[in-house]
Amino acid sequence: MGMKKSNIILSGVGGQGILTIAGIIGMATLKEKLYFKQSEVHGMSQRGGAVQSNFRIADTPVASDLVPLGQADLILSVEPLETLRYLPFLNKNGWLVCNSSPFINVPDYPELEKILNTIAEWPNHLIIDADKIAKDLGNRRGSNMVILGAASQYICLDFESLESGISAIFERKGDAVVQQNLLALRAGRDAALK
Amino acid sequence: MNEVVLLGAEAIAQGAIDGGMSGVYAYPGTPSTEITEYIQRNSGARKEGIHSEWSANEKTAMESAIGMSYAGKRAMVCMKHVGLNVAADPFINSAITGAGGGLIVVVADDPSMHSSQNEQDSRFYGDFALLPILEPADQQEAYDMAYNGFSLSEKVGLPVLMRITTRLSHSRSRVLRMKNIAENELKLPDDKKKFILLPSIARERYKLLLNLQDDLTELSENAAYNTLKDGNDRSLGIIACGISHNYLMENYPEGIPHPVLKIGQYPVPVKKIKEITSSCKEILVLEEGYPILEKSLLGLLNNSPVPIRGRLDGSLPRDGELNSDLVRKALGMEVHNGPEIPEIMVNRPPALCKGCGHIDIYHSLIEALTDFGEGRTFADIGCYTLGALPPYNAINTCVDMGASITMAKGAADAGLVPSVAVIGDSTFTHSGMTGLLDAVIENSPITIIISDNETTGMTGGQVSSAVGRIEGICLGIGVEESHLKIVTPLKKNHDENVQVILNELNYHGISVIIARRECIQTASKRKRIEVETKSLSTKS
Ligand SMILES: Cc1ncc(C[n+]2csc(CCOP(=O)(O)OP(=O)(O)O)c2C)c(N)n1
Repeated sequence: MGMKKSNIILSGVGGQGILTIAGIIGMATLKEKLYFKQSEVHGMSQRGGAVQSNFRIADTPVASDLVPLGQADLILSVEPLETLRYLPFLNKNGWLVCNSSPFINVPDYPELEKILNTIAEWPNHLIIDADKIAKDLGNRRGSNMVILGAASQYICLDFESLESGISAIFERKGDAVVQQNLLALRAGRDAALK
Repeated sequence: MNEVVLLGAEAIAQGAIDGGMSGVYAYPGTPSTEITEYIQRNSGARKEGIHSEWSANEKTAMESAIGMSYAGKRAMVCMKHVGLNVAADPFINSAITGAGGGLIVVVADDPSMHSSQNEQDSRFYGDFALLPILEPADQQEAYDMAYNGFSLSEKVGLPVLMRITTRLSHSRSRVLRMKNIAENELKLPDDKKKFILLPSIARERYKLLLNLQDDLTELSENAAYNTLKDGNDRSLGIIACGISHNYLMENYPEGIPHPVLKIGQYPVPVKKIKEITSSCKEILVLEEGYPILEKSLLGLLNNSPVPIRGRLDGSLPRDGELNSDLVRKALGMEVHNGPEIPEIMVNRPPALCKGCGHIDIYHSLIEALTDFGEGRTFADIGCYTLGALPPYNAINTCVDMGASITMAKGAADAGLVPSVAVIGDSTFTHSGMTGLLDAVIENSPITIIISDNETTGMTGGQVSSAVGRIEGICLGIGVEESHLKIVTPLKKNHDENVQVILNELNYHGISVIIARRECIQTASKRKRIEVETKSLSTKS
């Protein structure tokens, strides 16, 4: 009872591929026959606004669609500033895993170094230059997969389940796209283990 | 049984498809859009020829669904909460005519106004219309209620209102599907007069509706969606409507010690309410939206036998969406806040996309208006409403769909000449056209800019009824050809477009300027799909 549980907040900016990450975790969760609820943002905020998705996995039924305050085990963010927006939801032992490349679409965007330093004040953090890793792999749009790979060790799912999630989600786009995204996922995991 | 993963909105769609629906009628609106989009994509629905084209607005959608129900088939209408204001006339009257084939009206409320102008509670409309209401707590109930809603509607001979909120609509979970029910045969109403609401007939029909109310309450008493679970600790009893039940249970992972009445079907089960209120010292009411049940329990004379807590006594906030932490606080438990948000945090509001045509036309409009003075731009609802934000500060109003043209007319009538209306293509065909007729009849001195991105952008790029029709509509309504201009909103055309707008501002009569350039989101989506299909087809 209660052995497997992950409360995850996925964050970023509308259009950065958060819903794809959520879809992959969803497939992986199904494969492992766990309970889950995943809420996401549609509508106005998708126009370049801050967006998040709450993902709750457990081996017992999940009640609330939203992660309660102080209960997130992981904030996985494809954008540095957006990592900090949901801090009140992080639990004492929770992890921050984020991309170091900013998405700057507001005039008062804070200094990047200050953001990264603030993230680094939290003991359990992992900052990864996912944009660069994705670009080096020739897959500019793959930084969301890199971040997912980096965070995979803090999610209560097997890495193989995430891999099969990628296959399922990208299947209809052809094998090349599946392989590209698997590479990005693995590169993220490897970067995190370094 | 077949297990699938669905958003709440999609669960309703699948439930309706499996439940024998022949057609869905809808106008997009967050958080309801995904219901119809799912049906449009669904291969099963397509194979069966289930109607799923978008309607011009919520009123036309509601009326078409009443028509399908008249013909004996099962129909569903979907809209966001404010859409029900637009559809209110046929909606209220559909309770008087009653339904033929099962008719479900799905309305998605948006507490906290994530993407809306207000947070009105549609249960109010259900009560107003004297109709049964279904309010699911989770994705499975959303599926079940849509699936079974048609037979409920046919059994009572009335449309059924199904109310959801943003959170459930946009949250995914596992759903068990039931076996597919065949569509109804075409069948005219037994009572050939019931759909003719002449006063003499309507009076009779209304009495029938009133007489049905006790039966509806009795159905609620026995409904599977309304359950009263006893508990040992009767210092508090909790009544939880719809999704708020999840927020309650989140706080009791080991089971709840208090009696709980979970409500998912209205009119409310009065006997069950009496049972819980008479056995508990105090009642906490959890409902997403307005304190409708709480208010009726309190009564005008405040004569409830036990104290009632909820949104009205401050136990919960009066406005905004609920969550498990707000409920936790109301239960007197400690909330576990994580680290505070650091001071360097800034807001990141939604914004117009880089390269959007709305931006270019706003720049030209602002320049053209410089010498006329501020406060004369009446805008409407859509992506272009974001022109209200800096750096544009380009508009002065946004009230409801279609209000740009009519408000500009009213202001011009008052002497604010020229007045400008800015309206999107989809909003124009939703409810701008009728206002244009008013303005044409009086040749009002207003300049209307139809910022035409050839899609319904704000809600995610649904097909717009306006595509290819705007010029014809304007001319048909009576706009003079010499004052119907078409421009392309691009930086390089800026000076030219300023001049076109200036000319029309200086004309004392009605002008329409169509600023047409495809939405960059739909354009890039279209190109991506083209590339993908090409690369897939060259491989196979
Ligand atoms: C009565 C009502 N129905 C639906 C909506 C949801 N809604 C808001 S904006 C919009 C689309 C507007 O499309 P368009 O006018 O073409 O402008 P665009 O967003 O493409 O710029 C819709 C459907 C609403 N706010 N009110």
